[in-house]
Amino acid sequence: MSEVIAAVFSLQVLRMAVPYALAALGGAITERSGVIDLALEAKLLFGAFTAAAVAHATGSPLAGVLGGIAAGMLVAAVQCLASLRLGADHVIVGVALNLLALGGTRFLLQLFYGEGANSPPAPGYGDAVLASPIVWLAIVASIVVPIALVKTKWGLRLRAAGDRPDALVAVGVSPVRARLYAALVGGALAGAGGAQLSLAVGGFSADMSGGRGYIALAMVILAGWRPAWAALACVGVALAERLSIELQLRTAAVPAELLHILPYVLTLAVLVVGGARRPPPRALGSR
Amino acid sequence: MQGWGRVLAVTAGRLIAILVAVNAALLVVGLVVAKPEHLACEGPRVGLVFDVGGKNDKSFNEAAWRGVQQAKHELKICVQTIEPSEGADRESALRALAAAGVDLVIGVGFIFSPDLERLATKFPEVVFAGVDYAPSQGVGEIANLVGLQFREHEGSFLVGAIAGLSTKTQNVGFVGGMRIPLIRKFEAGYIAGVKHVCPGCQVQSAYAGSEPKAFADPSLGQDLASAQYARGADIIYHAAGKTGDGVFAAARQRGMRAIGVDSDQFHVAPCCVMTSMVKRVDRAVVEVAQELVAGTLKGGMRELGLADDGVGFVNDMNNAAMLPAEVVAKVNELRADVIAGRIVVPAQ
Repeated sequence: MSEVIAAVFSLQVLRMAVPYALAALGGAITERSGVIDLALEAKLLFGAFTAAAVAHATGSPLAGVLGGIAAGMLVAAVQCLASLRLGADHVIVGVALNLLALGGTRFLLQLFYGEGANSPPAPGYGDAVLASPIVWLAIVASIVVPIALVKTKWGLRLRAAGDRPDALVAVGVSPVRARLYAALVGGALAGAGGAQLSLAVGGFSADMSGGRGYIALAMVILAGWRPAWAALACVGVALAERLSIELQLRTAAVPAELLHILPYVLTLAVLVVGGARRPPPRALGSR
Repeated sequence: MQGWGRVLAVTAGRLIAILVAVNAALLVVGLVVAKPEHLACEGPRVGLVFDVGGKNDKSFNEAAWRGVQQAKHELKICVQTIEPSEGADRESALRALAAAGVDLVIGVGFIFSPDLERLATKFPEVVFAGVDYAPSQGVGEIANLVGLQFREHEGSFLVGAIAGLSTKTQNVGFVGGMRIPLIRKFEAGYIAGVKHVCPGCQVQSAYAGSEPKAFADPSLGQDLASAQYARGADIIYHAAGKTGDGVFAAARQRGMRAIGVDSDQFHVAPCCVMTSMVKRVDRAVVEVAQELVAGTLKGGMRELGLADDGVGFVNDMNNAAMLPAEVVAKVNELRADVIAGRIVVPAQ
């Protein structure tokens, strides 16, 4: 038993948690500013693709990470353009972007590499978990983001944009701009999470985000839109994932199909039992 | 606040305009980029639809791709390929090829089985072939459907023996993609191989999931392999398509050994891939194309095993350092035993 616990609580879990956690931190920032962030999946996927493509082209994983961040920001910019400037429904924009990411990354693969499912190998960060700057970015961000939300002008304005945009207007600040700045930072974090997905395994393959963006958004809501708690909840998801792997290796008694749904069942259980529901930002989803 | 109707009208109009513009742009790019090869080509036409892993998965699909490329050069046939994304467009990809008058349509992967059955009855003048085809319940032989199966358990038995002879920890691993009878064949043969040469060895096995996505999640593959290495395995064999890339990533990170599948996967991780269980999908595809050209192609099931070199293991210049001659000699003995029927490898 203690063996299982030791295996579950290893550093590997940190590596597994990083894409979830970065997406959740990004999602929390974006949502707190009032923009529904269903497009997390798209930011992960475009981030993963761009990171692999840039790292492949330049031979530098760091350039890949920067590329992933830029891709996440670009998706966030398009998201803001459609839902804030053009006034489209936030949910529909999110779904559209996610579908665009599924097909778009395949299209770009075809365009650049002449095939529809896999990128050429890209250099990544091997060896120790802590050697990857993305892991450190996730750790630092989960400490800095909550503080920045409270202590900086950027944080104050984005929270106001999410709760009382009219108050922002009254002091002569554009809520749209505050939301854009929030979404860009959120997109950068989610894009870095995508970079972790592809650089950890040395290349991009189609649909590799596998719904992680949706899980991250669920964790944001579960955590009551508090970024640090959302990141923590993501570590919980990674732990459950790791636990299901350990159990699968150790017992033949429980069907693997059942173990595969363990992370989701645990998530759901925590959501239901979790009590203390916090209200969403008041102006979430307003156009 | 504006009225709802007005907001919607403006948005809808703008959205449509944007979508039309985007589509037009994509269409132009597509026309410029796409090479309309089949238009210029004369000769028998072969169409091939890939499975979830995609053309260059360095594994199963890539073997089919090599086969069809070889057939194209040797037999002067015209080749069209489609890499469908997740979901329902698999069937429509097959259908599109059949409707376009292609003579032979090949679906790469067990997942095409029911689609092939349906389309074979609908397009009697086209010949269909399914790699890893598994007949649905109650479906008999179809005159224009070729089922290509492999005795993967036999090849897996040999790489299992290699793992059993090479492990220093008496502990090896197996990572499967989707939990289905087909992948169970790999696992069962592998375990039998390990136990045959090393009865005391432990085999850890794990699967990535129960849906086709389980073949395309390298991140999860890395997690599964890391867990097995952490529990003492020093060699892991995978039968998990793209998910296997994660197994190699874990092997690279930990300096451990791994065994590839379907194609020679040495180049994915030259440090660590000691051999690969090759499944000669390329050979099967070429064979079917040859018969098409010769006019002798008939429906029915075919099964390729060790005896007809349909499966095997890689032993060449590249991996010689990781595969000692005495191991190869021993495994070749086992190979002869399997072919002669002295060893019967379990498939389940």
